[in-house]
Amino acid sequence: MTASTQPPSLSIQNLSVHYGEQGALLGASLDVAAGELMAVVGPSGCGKSSMLVAVNRMTDLTPGARVSGRVLIDNQDVLAGAVDVQALRRQVGMVFQQPNPFPLSIAENILFALREHGVRDKCELHGRMEQALQATGLWNEVRDRLHKPALGLSGGQQQRLCFARALALEPRVLLLDEPCSALDPIASATVEGLIDSLKGRYTLLMVTHNLAQARRLADHVAVCWVRDGCGCVLDSGPACELFESARDPQAQRYLNGMLC
Amino acid sequence: MSSSTPLSLRPNLDWLLRAASLGCALTAAVVLLLILLFLTQASWPLLQQPASLLGTTWQPSTGQFGLQAMLGSSLLSSLLALLLAVPAGLLVSIWLIFYAPRAVARVYGGMLGLMASIPSVVYGLWGLVVLVPLLGAWMPPGASLLAAGIVLALMILPLLMVQADVALRESARRHLPAALCLGVSSWSAIRRVLLPAAWPRLWPAILLQLGRALGETMAVLMVAGNVVQWPGSPFAPVRTLTANIALEMSYATGPHLQALYLSGWLLLVLALLLMALARIYGSRT
Amino acid sequence: MNRREAWRARALGLLALALMLAPLSLLWTVFGDGIGVLDWQFLLAEPEQAGRSGGIGPIIVSTALVLLICMSLAVPLGLGTALFLVEQVRPEGRLNLTLQWALDGLGAVPSVVFGLFGYRLFVVELGWGYSLLAGGCTLACMVLPLFIRGCEQALRDCPQSYRQAAAGLAISRVGYLRRILLPFAAPGIAAALVLSAGRALAETAVLLFTAGYVMRWPESLFDSGRTLAVHIYDLAMNVSGGSPASAATALVLLGFALVIQLLAWQIGKRPLSFAR
Repeated sequence: MTASTQPPSLSIQNLSVHYGEQGALLGASLDVAAGELMAVVGPSGCGKSSMLVAVNRMTDLTPGARVSGRVLIDNQDVLAGAVDVQALRRQVGMVFQQPNPFPLSIAENILFALREHGVRDKCELHGRMEQALQATGLWNEVRDRLHKPALGLSGGQQQRLCFARALALEPRVLLLDEPCSALDPIASATVEGLIDSLKGRYTLLMVTHNLAQARRLADHVAVCWVRDGCGCVLDSGPACELFESARDPQAQRYLNGMLC
Repeated sequence: MSSSTPLSLRPNLDWLLRAASLGCALTAAVVLLLILLFLTQASWPLLQQPASLLGTTWQPSTGQFGLQAMLGSSLLSSLLALLLAVPAGLLVSIWLIFYAPRAVARVYGGMLGLMASIPSVVYGLWGLVVLVPLLGAWMPPGASLLAAGIVLALMILPLLMVQADVALRESARRHLPAALCLGVSSWSAIRRVLLPAAWPRLWPAILLQLGRALGETMAVLMVAGNVVQWPGSPFAPVRTLTANIALEMSYATGPHLQALYLSGWLLLVLALLLMALARIYGSRT
Repeated sequence: MNRREAWRARALGLLALALMLAPLSLLWTVFGDGIGVLDWQFLLAEPEQAGRSGGIGPIIVSTALVLLICMSLAVPLGLGTALFLVEQVRPEGRLNLTLQWALDGLGAVPSVVFGLFGYRLFVVELGWGYSLLAGGCTLACMVLPLFIRGCEQALRDCPQSYRQAAAGLAISRVGYLRRILLPFAAPGIAAALVLSAGRALAETAVLLFTAGYVMRWPESLFDSGRTLAVHIYDLAMNVSGGSPASAATALVLLGFALVIQLLAWQIGKRPLSFAR
């Protein structure tokens, strides 16, 4: 399946996520333009991660999870019933908070999904793996030990491997769930550099606790909050605008570092 | 911890508690030592000439105590049991965790629990009354290595599946979301990531169940046929070391009795070795 | 893709079903063969004609006695050892490690080896002969590791905060044990006791060499006697035409085993009232 070269637009419209009786997110709406990075910030429990996992339909795996609303990628609703979820997840890559490479070799971490999606030609497999590792700056560090266990890498390297694993499938959208929060400052900086380099080629939705990071990386920002025990989006807009003068006073206070 | 204050009304018995519990612990630990000691002592004369035990002929009346065929039968029947139980157990565990409807999985789990509590002698009874005639109709005589393997497999299956369940759930917790996010099917994720990830935790469990199968006496005694020989095919009757002890203990004397103690000693050493392997392997992962 | 997954799920489900056929067949056979013989008379009367007819009264009594002896020895010893492991030993210490290895080793010993050991020590060396006592003592050795593990688990489940609170109030260790730890751990210990009894109940090989084969009503603990499990074995293997009685005895044994499982499950779930 060939992916188009242009990153798509991502639009979340009135998205609600419930786990059983408990509401996690209510009526969230935001728009991410093609090739841009939107940072979703807010305190714990305001539904940021739920928003993320709804986009690649990982909510399908949680028993009792109900998702309503629309998530449009290039104007196609991915929450519709007829969508091929596996194809969707190839288009929409995800990187988690905790680096979680598979307990396989470094090479196999990347090749596994490629093979499952039908890539069989050895040249192509190796080529795409090298490309992905180059993009994440890992190639020179691991080229001599591709068959060593991935768990032998450092935390930062493991996280970059997780990026490479997602990038090898040539996705168009990337979902990042606090990708740096489990890393030390130096590794974190490296990964931030990587994320910065991905802007323009992919459309990125990143959840983060780190306001300074959002300020550094984001084109757009969305602020989430907890209202009546459920998460919601208070405000969203271009990063510079929002940090200077958000429309919602609560959002303004949060972005300026005040907690309540 | 603290000792009582001067305000306490009764004397401090903490020292008594410590002494009593120490005594209990030492007693428990000493039992294993005693077992080793007694068995070694009882088989001492024969232990000193191991060569005589390596032969294939077991004929106590003429003083021949070759344990080879019986040891071989013990190992073969246990390995056969593993061969049957491990793949089946893994597959059904996978079904229980990933594919079965929840209510069905709960009921099945309950039935497995009941299965685990069936005494070995009842398995032997069933084997004798149902399995052996069934096999015998297919390939006489019925009482055979295969019958022993099947019954042993049934006995070790529940505990194997409990361990497999724990290992698979843990590896699913860690790796399944990441794998599914890459758009691969559940089955591919299970086969290529979850199973390899769970393997280090499965090995100790498999080793332990191998030990159990080796040590099983009654069920094997009742279905294996009890002919001392190296089995030429799975349908040949065999006699395991354990069955041998049970059968001949009541009338053995002298060197014959020593040989029986020796086979017990051998079984003990094997079982302890497997346990040690399982423990060491388990602690390394 | 989804159809393949559905097909796979069905295939695995069939395998799961196939696996259950054997135990189901077991239950069917035992029930079918045995139910005709099973009645109150069977449970109370003496065996006749080497067990082909009559009942299993004395055998039930022998079984109960053997279990009683076994648990009377195993419970104090086991609880004491568990208390030692949890209260008195450092987890990283060498003593703890040695004990854990010793207990694991004891747990790995094959039952027939316990039989040999019991025969040598109790029947021969101590001169008790084939007796319920010898059987019970040997069984106690056998269930000890299982019971200790269960107790250990139950004791370790007690929150550390209780211990700290007790220390803050300068309560002696014995007091802490009596008033806080043991009541809290009681359900777990009871469950372990029940499970160990179940294990002992199912054991055959050990008793062949220690308690013997006698079918009469036991008159003292030094009398020989057979348990339900031994009776099943003897009737099935050594007595022609003994199968129906064997199946009926198996039904009784399975019945007890089921009761034990349910008991353990129930006790383990609910905290006993005085633990509050």
